[in-house]
Amino acid sequence: NILNSCVIKDQERSVAMEDFWAIVLAGLKVWVCLIVALLMVPAMFGFSLGISETYMKILVKILEWATLRIKTVNKAERMIQSSSFNSEDDGSMEEELRGLRRSRPKPPVGGDFTLSDCFYFYRRGIEDIIEDEVTQRFSSEELVSWNLLTRTNIDFQYISLKLTMVWGLGVFIRYCILTPLRIMLASIGLTWLVIGTTAVGFLPNWRLKFWLSEWVHVMCYRICARGLSCTIHYHNKENRPRKGGICVANHTSPIDIVILCNDGCYAMVGQSHGGLMGVLQRAMARSCPHIWFERADMKDRHLVTKRLRDHVNDKTKLPILLFPEGTCINNTSVMMFKKGSFEIGGTIYPVAIKYDPQFGDAFWNSAKYNMVSYLLRMVTSWAIVCNVWYLPAMHQQEGEDAVQFANRVKSVIAHQGGLVDLSWDGGLKRAKVKDTYREEQQKKYSSMVVGSEEGRSGNSD
Amino acid sequence: MGSRASTLLREEEIEEIKKETGFSHSQITRLYSRFTSLDKGENGTLSREDFQRIPELAINPLGDRIINAFFPEGEDQVNFRGFMRTLAHFRPIEDNEKNKDPIASEPLNSRSNKLLFAFRLYDLDRDDKISRDELLQVLRMMVGVNISDEQLGSIADRTIQEADQNGDNSISFNEFIKVGNVYILYIDIDIDI
Repeated sequence: NILNSCVIKDQERSVAMEDFWAIVLAGLKVWVCLIVALLMVPAMFGFSLGISETYMKILVKILEWATLRIKTVNKAERMIQSSSFNSEDDGSMEEELRGLRRSRPKPPVGGDFTLSDCFYFYRRGIEDIIEDEVTQRFSSEELVSWNLLTRTNIDFQYISLKLTMVWGLGVFIRYCILTPLRIMLASIGLTWLVIGTTAVGFLPNWRLKFWLSEWVHVMCYRICARGLSCTIHYHNKENRPRKGGICVANHTSPIDIVILCNDGCYAMVGQSHGGLMGVLQRAMARSCPHIWFERADMKDRHLVTKRLRDHVNDKTKLPILLFPEGTCINNTSVMMFKKGSFEIGGTIYPVAIKYDPQFGDAFWNSAKYNMVSYLLRMVTSWAIVCNVWYLPAMHQQEGEDAVQFANRVKSVIAHQGGLVDLSWDGGLKRAKVKDTYREEQQKKYSSMVVGSEEGRSGNSD
Repeated sequence: MGSRASTLLREEEIEEIKKETGFSHSQITRLYSRFTSLDKGENGTLSREDFQRIPELAINPLGDRIINAFFPEGEDQVNFRGFMRTLAHFRPIEDNEKNKDPIASEPLNSRSNKLLFAFRLYDLDRDDKISRDELLQVLRMMVGVNISDEQLGSIADRTIQEADQNGDNSISFNEFIKVGNVYILYIDIDIDI
């Protein structure tokens, strides 16, 4: 009898276990169906069910409330963002030195030098030590008010219990609910990209193939965008890049590609990687021509330019997407555009991308975070909100060299995106500044000492 | 509103720096934030390389001299106190400081301390004289290769001639004051927080 009751108990337990797993399985099935219906189908066909919009509205309200709470508690102190150490009152070297030399008459022969000339350089030096235009571009922008993410909490301390609770709730939602959802979406998106593009690649070159390939690409990027809760506002769509052209944009993160490809198809340019990236690259290249270079080939500038030029000259091929800055900048400025992109020829379609830092910091600080930790930060942000402006096409003009053309395009993009237009090289993130710039400064000063003609050969007198 | 930066910088330290340099509380926290962003090694001190990483400073012809001014004799690292002490020279003289108690020690940003700081950027060997060689060194840094040795030499000679009053063919601090005094306040930097 005792044995029987034990056996019965065991059976009950195993039945209960089976029921449990059956329920879990059923739950998963429902979950997946929901995902497909609510997120993937709209992504595939490009319409929206309004879920993201509702989420964003709620988010905005919460952040406004949080900002208000912080402001009321800290009315007296001003935020760091509003302090701008303004060294723009400084004139050019000529103006400043002329001011410093006002008290003495210009000597008739020899050079014009006073002991106080150095004061100009001292002051500039100390100003740059206190704040400079370049190093700040390589780290994330400081926020005016906290957006309830720990990572941006550099200046804000404990304000109130309510706020901390909301922050805690936010952490829970972001890490436990949103992140698994997003990771799953991203994997689905990328898997579908590989499968879809490979499948399309088998078709012969009919018009159908091009259309299908574009559709597959856009669909997968849309899924990825949903995966990051991206809200993108496109402006001036009539200026969208056309076939046979080159699209140039300012670079903030790898997500820029997802942002742009949600609204059109581009040919990518880049180094061919191995591993997972390589699988993606090869699959994409099967359905429509992208330009992947071997690492060794990238050093050969002529080879690179030739391949790009061939692609551009073929008017049936998709517009190339290029980021002339060459590295990720923190979206407060546009740094020097490398002239290589502007030597290819063809029509340039400038695009300005500006992220709203309140919802999530999209900047990839590649010195600090590797790709994986960067992507993890992305999926645990609130959302990615950005504006994309398509600017009118530009051509290289008569008598304008590639560098001048590049600067012209850069200032158009900076102006539209509300970004600071800098001539400094983004490569200064890692490399030292070239000596030639210092020599330029020395030359400039020398011309103020001896004028432009005399003194160079030492034959004055 | 506190700042994470100032939680690493204790309130007592901020008070001490305030007394020593005259910077305000928010100026000190802001400069501390700048100090830590320059401190790539995260060890609480800056080396010369940390300064060189600022591109605008690296291309400044007198950049090396300026950087040198932060480092005490023979040392390779500067901590935040030293950093602030040097920056204090560039703080503008406020009106309420002009009438300060004369017995109290002279503030770092007094007119004569500013002049002494500028003087020392020329007078490397600290013998209280700017010799012809020292002047030539600075001139060479500023003009690079664009002016010949002879011409630079004659510019140096003329400058010393005009400033030198006791005929020792070098410029003493007092002689320097007569020339530099007019414009020394040019180096004042207003950190607007």
